[in-house]
Amino acid sequence: MSPPRLQLSGIVKQYPAVRANDGVSLTVAPGQIHAVLGENGAGKSTLMKVVYGAVQPDAGEIRFDGAPVRIASPAQARALGIGMVYQHFSLFDTLTVAQNVWLGLDKSQALPEVTARIREVAAGYGLDVEPERPVHTLSVGERQRVEIVRALLTQPRLLILDEPTSVLTPQAVDKLFVVLRRLADEGTSILYISHKLDEIRSLCHHCTVLRGGRVTGEVDPTRESNASLSRLMIGAEPPALKHDASHAAGPVALEVQDLSLPTSDPFGVALAGITLELRAGEILGIAGVSGNGQQELLAALSGEDVRAPVGSIRLFGQDIARHGPRKRRRQGLHFIPEERLGRGAVPTLSLADNTLLTRSAGVGRGGWLARGEVAALAERLIARFQVKAGGPGALAKSLSGGNLQKFLVGREIDAAPKVLIVAQPTWGVDVGAAALIRGELLALRDAGCAVLVVSEELDELFEISDRLVVIARGRLSPALPAAEATVEQVGTWMSGLWDPAIPVEGRLAEA
Amino acid sequence: MLKLEARAAPSQLMTVASPLLALVLTAVVAALILAAIGQDPLAGLRVLFVEPLTGRRQVSEVLLKATPLIVIALGLAVCYRANVWNIGAEGQFLLGCVGAGGMAIWLTTQGIVLPRALGVTVVLIAGMLGGLLWAAVVALLRDRFNANEILVSLMLVYVAQQIVNALVFGPWKDPQGFNMPQSVMFHASLHLPPMLERTRLHVGFAIALVLAALVTLFLFRSFRGFQLQVGGLAPAAARYAGFSARSALWTGLLLSGALAGLAGGMEVAGPIKQVTPYLSTGLGFTAIIVCFVGRLHPLGIVAAGVLLSLMLIGGELAQSRLGLPNAMASVLQGLLLLILLACDTFIHQRLRWTPSRKASA
Repeated sequence: MSPPRLQLSGIVKQYPAVRANDGVSLTVAPGQIHAVLGENGAGKSTLMKVVYGAVQPDAGEIRFDGAPVRIASPAQARALGIGMVYQHFSLFDTLTVAQNVWLGLDKSQALPEVTARIREVAAGYGLDVEPERPVHTLSVGERQRVEIVRALLTQPRLLILDEPTSVLTPQAVDKLFVVLRRLADEGTSILYISHKLDEIRSLCHHCTVLRGGRVTGEVDPTRESNASLSRLMIGAEPPALKHDASHAAGPVALEVQDLSLPTSDPFGVALAGITLELRAGEILGIAGVSGNGQQELLAALSGEDVRAPVGSIRLFGQDIARHGPRKRRRQGLHFIPEERLGRGAVPTLSLADNTLLTRSAGVGRGGWLARGEVAALAERLIARFQVKAGGPGALAKSLSGGNLQKFLVGREIDAAPKVLIVAQPTWGVDVGAAALIRGELLALRDAGCAVLVVSEELDELFEISDRLVVIARGRLSPALPAAEATVEQVGTWMSGLWDPAIPVEGRLAEA
Repeated sequence: MLKLEARAAPSQLMTVASPLLALVLTAVVAALILAAIGQDPLAGLRVLFVEPLTGRRQVSEVLLKATPLIVIALGLAVCYRANVWNIGAEGQFLLGCVGAGGMAIWLTTQGIVLPRALGVTVVLIAGMLGGLLWAAVVALLRDRFNANEILVSLMLVYVAQQIVNALVFGPWKDPQGFNMPQSVMFHASLHLPPMLERTRLHVGFAIALVLAALVTLFLFRSFRGFQLQVGGLAPAAARYAGFSARSALWTGLLLSGALAGLAGGMEVAGPIKQVTPYLSTGLGFTAIIVCFVGRLHPLGIVAAGVLLSLMLIGGELAQSRLGLPNAMASVLQGLLLLILLACDTFIHQRLRWTPSRKASA
């Protein structure tokens, strides 16, 4: 029997504040698709960086094809036959596909040679990638294909994929899986990092589960259920949400009328004819693959971008298109952005100070601050939303992603908004905190608030939304009642296929 | 091998200890330089750092020189905290001299004698307006045309110097001044009152201390100051919150311009008492160092202002007593800033000894 392709034993990596890997062992057989499952912060990414030579372990042994190795750098990893596709692409927007790939290779090959090989590999695996196109013209799915082709050019014996589907439509995910299964059949081992249970169950042969830097299970995912996998991942089953569907939506709270907005950034997405109605007492979900105009739409709705034409955005009938964020907030419209550190909160300021971004508790007459009141508000939010923090004086950046998100969601919910807009409410948040946040959003809706949720997680949108719309290429689909929508239909719409105005080659490129 | 690694949280100890450590290291390097040029290092250090503090008159001179440094640096601290990089305080200082000087010359030559408190106030306000208007040029170009404020403010320093020259070689030249390029001496009612008898130290130092308290209040107790700093710390968060970046730009520049102008006014109405072409001695640039050595915090700035003033005067003494080149003071300033930046590395990082890995592989 041939030796395992990759064998890790007792890998330890200590960071100043956290032990990211604590004695992790894992064995990947040749041709095996091996899932590494765990929540954000479980140590998956650190482990992969160790394998790829981007991080040096403090202890432990790595064997590749049976021989002990020390992987000092990604270049050495590539020389061994390890390829990696990162979650965040490392492509230069202004260069062409071939130039990008060429950059990462050793310099002995000429560009035309590389171009020819890209065509060859892409055709061999049915990955349509056009080497001469500049990267900024590619969709996210296409960019990922470039990364995969780049990794395949080195003919890897082990391919690592870090959360590869987080940016793909369901259809694109299916196409990716076909390629991965073929690679495995040819003998390439694949390490597949994910926290999506369905994907792992349908794709992977073997699954190592990490929690808090330790291995908590080694299972055959095809024989497990979602519930049993998530028990291994989080130590408990996710609490069920109580979803009261029997309520009626109220009057229109937020209305967007034929909003078109040219992009202000060369790689942004222009909004085209966005029309939207959000009613009091409902949750409207906006689905879509990231980079399809979500950022631009949210900026126009929050008031961070005030270029919207007069009359195109109305709050309770009043035109707010040109109002800044503070004015909108005073009229009852609150917004929770996707980036928590740096946008939703100032990383180097305390939680107390961070309440001042959107709340005016503690701002006295003449604009003087009453520090005691500011701290009291932070204290109240910490208690009410079960934020694990050192107190109101704790710096925002010292909190974990989930706790900071609980604090930020709490900060806006506590302000009793009439309209709440949330982007990626549970992105990177552990399951417990995610359930709490979703529960709060539902409670807010039941209290009569109009809630708009923008998310890339379809499951989440189906779980909490009353109606769904899809955004693709800066356009918005018609709304569907969530109860009638199917994943297939929404997935198709995510590539813009509801709208005959979108050119056909655009559809093919995305699908 | 030694390895630099990130700390989990910034070290409180190093935040305070870093400037002190930098000062000690600067003194060590200064001693090495002195030894290298054939001076007795200990005697040299004594002249540089201790001599300026021996005696009432010497101390008063240190505080006198510290006054404009502190006042300018206070304004710059607000500006830098808003992430607006005004490095042209020297020019705003000069226009402050022009504003205050122009007012004082006019009052003197018109024979208008005001009560001293009123006269001095009017002159200082004219100085503030001069600096404020000069900084407003920078703010306007940045706001309207997105011109880089670092370049604009720096280049305006040279324009400011030419304005001073044009005035003192031209219309402001004292008719009874034997054709020397300088203005009339200001009337006595326009001189800043002394703070300490028989010294040159004037009330400007007390004003600087009051300003330090006011700037502290503004930065840490007012919503306006909070908004301004959020813009500097996290521009996206400021946009999200709806704090205006334009308003932060204007507030920072106008405030730092006005304070640099005030410092200019206090120089011409204080020790100099007339307008000459030699007003620019680099105080506006030294104030940038004061600002950073003082951690952009008003209290730190007061301490750093006194320290840098001490080094400037020590440098002058070393020149006259020991025959050292007058570049010594600038060398020390530069060293202090560089070493401080190096020491600051240890606020967010720490050194750790890790056994060499080669053997284990």
